Amino acid sequence: MVEGQIPVEEYDTGNTKHKWDLKKIKQAHRVVSEYSYKKGKVEKGYANRTLYINLRTKEIKEKKVTEKMKDIFTGGRGFGLKLLWDSIKPTTRWDSDENELVITTGPLCGTTQYPGSGKSLCLTVSPSTNIICDSNVGGFFGPYLKFAGFDALEIQGKAKHDVLIIIDGEKGKIIVETAPLEEKDTHLLSEQLTNMYASEDIDKSRQKVSVVTSGKGAENSYWGCLNFSFYDIRRKVPRVKQAGRGGLGTVLRNKNVKAIVTKVERVSGISNNPADPVTLAKIGTKLHREVRDLDRYQCNMRAVGTAHLVEIMNEYDLLPTENYRFGSFPKASKIYSPKFYKYFTKIIPDGCWHGCTMACAKTVDGFTVITGPYKGQKVTVDGPEYETVGCGANMSIWDPLWILEFNFYCDTYGLDTISTGTAIAFYMEMYEYGILNKERCDGLELCFGNSYASLEFLHRIASGHKGEFVQVASKGIRRVKDWLINNGWGDIKLIEDCGMESKGLEYSEYVTKESLAMQGGYGLTLKGPQHDEAWLIFMDMVNNAIPTFKDKAEALHYFPMWRTWFGLNGLCKLPWNDIEPADNAETDDPTKVPEHVQNYVDYQSAMTGNKITKKDLILQSERCYNWQRAMNVWMGRGRRKDDWIPYRSMGPVTEMEYISRKDRYDKYLAEKIGLSEKKIEKMNVKEKMKILYDFRQDQYQKLADAVYFRRGWTPNGVPTPQKMKQLGIDDPKMLEFLKETIEKDDKACLNVWGGKYSKGEEPPSIQPKYWEKW
Amino acid sequence: MDKPKTVKVLKFHPEKCDGGLLCEKACSKVHFKSDEGGDKSAIRIIKDGNSYKMHVCDQRGLCLDMCPVGALKRKKNGIVWLDKEICIGCQACVGFCPIGAMRKSDARIEPFKCISCGACVRACPNGALELVEVKIDRIKEVVYHNLGAE
Repeated sequence: MVEGQIPVEEYDTGNTKHKWDLKKIKQAHRVVSEYSYKKGKVEKGYANRTLYINLRTKEIKEKKVTEKMKDIFTGGRGFGLKLLWDSIKPTTRWDSDENELVITTGPLCGTTQYPGSGKSLCLTVSPSTNIICDSNVGGFFGPYLKFAGFDALEIQGKAKHDVLIIIDGEKGKIIVETAPLEEKDTHLLSEQLTNMYASEDIDKSRQKVSVVTSGKGAENSYWGCLNFSFYDIRRKVPRVKQAGRGGLGTVLRNKNVKAIVTKVERVSGISNNPADPVTLAKIGTKLHREVRDLDRYQCNMRAVGTAHLVEIMNEYDLLPTENYRFGSFPKASKIYSPKFYKYFTKIIPDGCWHGCTMACAKTVDGFTVITGPYKGQKVTVDGPEYETVGCGANMSIWDPLWILEFNFYCDTYGLDTISTGTAIAFYMEMYEYGILNKERCDGLELCFGNSYASLEFLHRIASGHKGEFVQVASKGIRRVKDWLINNGWGDIKLIEDCGMESKGLEYSEYVTKESLAMQGGYGLTLKGPQHDEAWLIFMDMVNNAIPTFKDKAEALHYFPMWRTWFGLNGLCKLPWNDIEPADNAETDDPTKVPEHVQNYVDYQSAMTGNKITKKDLILQSERCYNWQRAMNVWMGRGRRKDDWIPYRSMGPVTEMEYISRKDRYDKYLAEKIGLSEKKIEKMNVKEKMKILYDFRQDQYQKLADAVYFRRGWTPNGVPTPQKMKQLGIDDPKMLEFLKETIEKDDKACLNVWGGKYSKGEEPPSIQPKYWEKW
Repeated sequence: MDKPKTVKVLKFHPEKCDGGLLCEKACSKVHFKSDEGGDKSAIRIIKDGNSYKMHVCDQRGLCLDMCPVGALKRKKNGIVWLDKEICIGCQACVGFCPIGAMRKSDARIEPFKCISCGACVRACPNGALELVEVKIDRIKEVVYHNLGAE
């Protein structure tokens, strides 16, 4: 057992210490714009105003949050959608002046009693997808933004020079000032700014500052993430959590924002001013006890965080290895969670917001950097989480230390580990086939398993390398596909099928080939292929609990709505089902974790004082979910064609993949497609693959049919005005636009089902324009 | 800083207790300036058949490693102390206390606990309570972060 009860002051990570002349750095700042505001009180979870900053016009103002806005959009991501709807155009792209970076909180954000209550939701028009991307993130920034006085922050326009935005909740001041001398990479910049803006030179003051930063990698790629800091009084470093997906850090740097700093005067257990703090403390304590008693028998979050999934995914053939060609690998045990547990610092409250006893935010302290500009320094690495370890597997990197190295540099350069890892894995596969080679990769030998080359790729992105490969490859898989195809390098179908992106965003780290519902969970999504909407693999593939299209559609309605709800409130999803009550399996619907859903009903009621039911939670989500889909349509990317997914996520693209799981696929041909064993035996692999390909593509279209219908959309995937009205949405611009779009689709004969229905099969509805009768 | 080696903890003599709960009332006076006892007292006397049981913090300090803001520390005299000015009311210590001795009253969000002040000892007319000195190393306990079930 590691020694515990070390006084906070005596903790030492052994990290390399930095000395900066912060006075001199600060003296170089020049105020660009300034705004004083009256400090207010948060009431029942809402600050009741949002903050708008335009970096081009230098305007700073407050916007009132109306009761109607709360009724329709709840908060968090919902508020973000509303603010964007009012500010952008359908033609707005990620680098347009009017594009906004929005950081929102949510009514439950900042609660300390219930684990997982410190999430911020960030939204922008993404460079990867050209539609709105939302990304949730821990750290102290969201709670502090609200306690400083604002439910959300909107940043529009671009600054002329690198600036800092300071939201000073202590003095009631917003300041935009130039920041020419600060470092750019996160682990240094967040430390500089935390020290610079802390009211006193003590850890307690530093803990009241939170910083949003990105890094050099974000400037030169489409994978920029936002790092949200949370100062750790034991480790004495600002640790960071990432809003990773969709290039939000790229937008931050494109606006020439170096960092956003927020500070508060005081944080207490009732800073949110809840309607009923007694109930809040009771349900929170109940969950703390569940975590205490059950976590070590369930997910081991407190010990290893989400990395516990690595061994489970490998076991079930779901851990993506070598660009999702396989779901398990003989070397996988080298990166199982016990290998990381060895390096993690133990017995420290590791929540990314106060009171999260699930404490999944693990770190490796005193890690010696292996390559690049910080080679030889000792640093704190935040993570790795499952996804980052999964990227290791995907690149065929089986050494925990190299995964830590990859994790560290992605974070400090401001790169999303998921997009970066998934993309590199694709480039490696292309390298293996000779579609890419050393020459085409500017001298990088990007073959599977080459950790040095992967890291060198990151360093080149960060240093602004001008080689053609780095320039294109840092913009993601979609751009590389086009580049390869335009150059006539390699087979188009192979390239399209292997590159794991949809809507322009890279996949996260799960193999979905054998779970149709999960293919929908990635494809029939708002922002692109990310597992935060639904995770149905076990329900679908292992337990076969949702066999029909209708069942799958119901799951692809309920779970995305339910998971959306966390983002409307500023919550983390993990304490919902990564810890379960001891008797959960005996409830009527264990996959929903009914007792915890009830917790959230009680929780929101206790905060806002409004009595609600389980159904109301889904209704809150449905409004925002449909609104976001409608905005996707509005921006030109929210219809059936945009829900396309690469075949690598549906089945074997290469003969090697088929042969490696031959028994499974042969059995599938017999049982699901009804081929006789004799026939299967006579066919060669190519023939079998073709039949499987056609069948699974059709299955996916049938799934989309069922899901669109269940969600209240047209067969082309457009939310109907009738559905919107049912949800209480009366925005005339929105309703009129949807009506016109559906009419246009109708004229173009696009309101038709996508599946090929043979005898005995029926599409979800045989009524044309079924929605008009609602 | 020299670390404290010993701490005073409460010892209960059930045979001397008459269930008068003057100890609880004295305790709530210390913590809430109220003589209600009960939920506002860090020490609880519970009827146990014909006898009584005491329920109170034993200063083992498992909660010290739970506090995200450093509001819990071992004082010079060895007791585990919650500084309610620093506390952010998360209840992590309440939820993780293995014996439920970190208490929460509806009166405020910050929890409270026994500080071995001796008010209850002095309040007991029967001498059923006493403070005894124990070695911290012998009672100290650390919150689990083990990998897997034990």
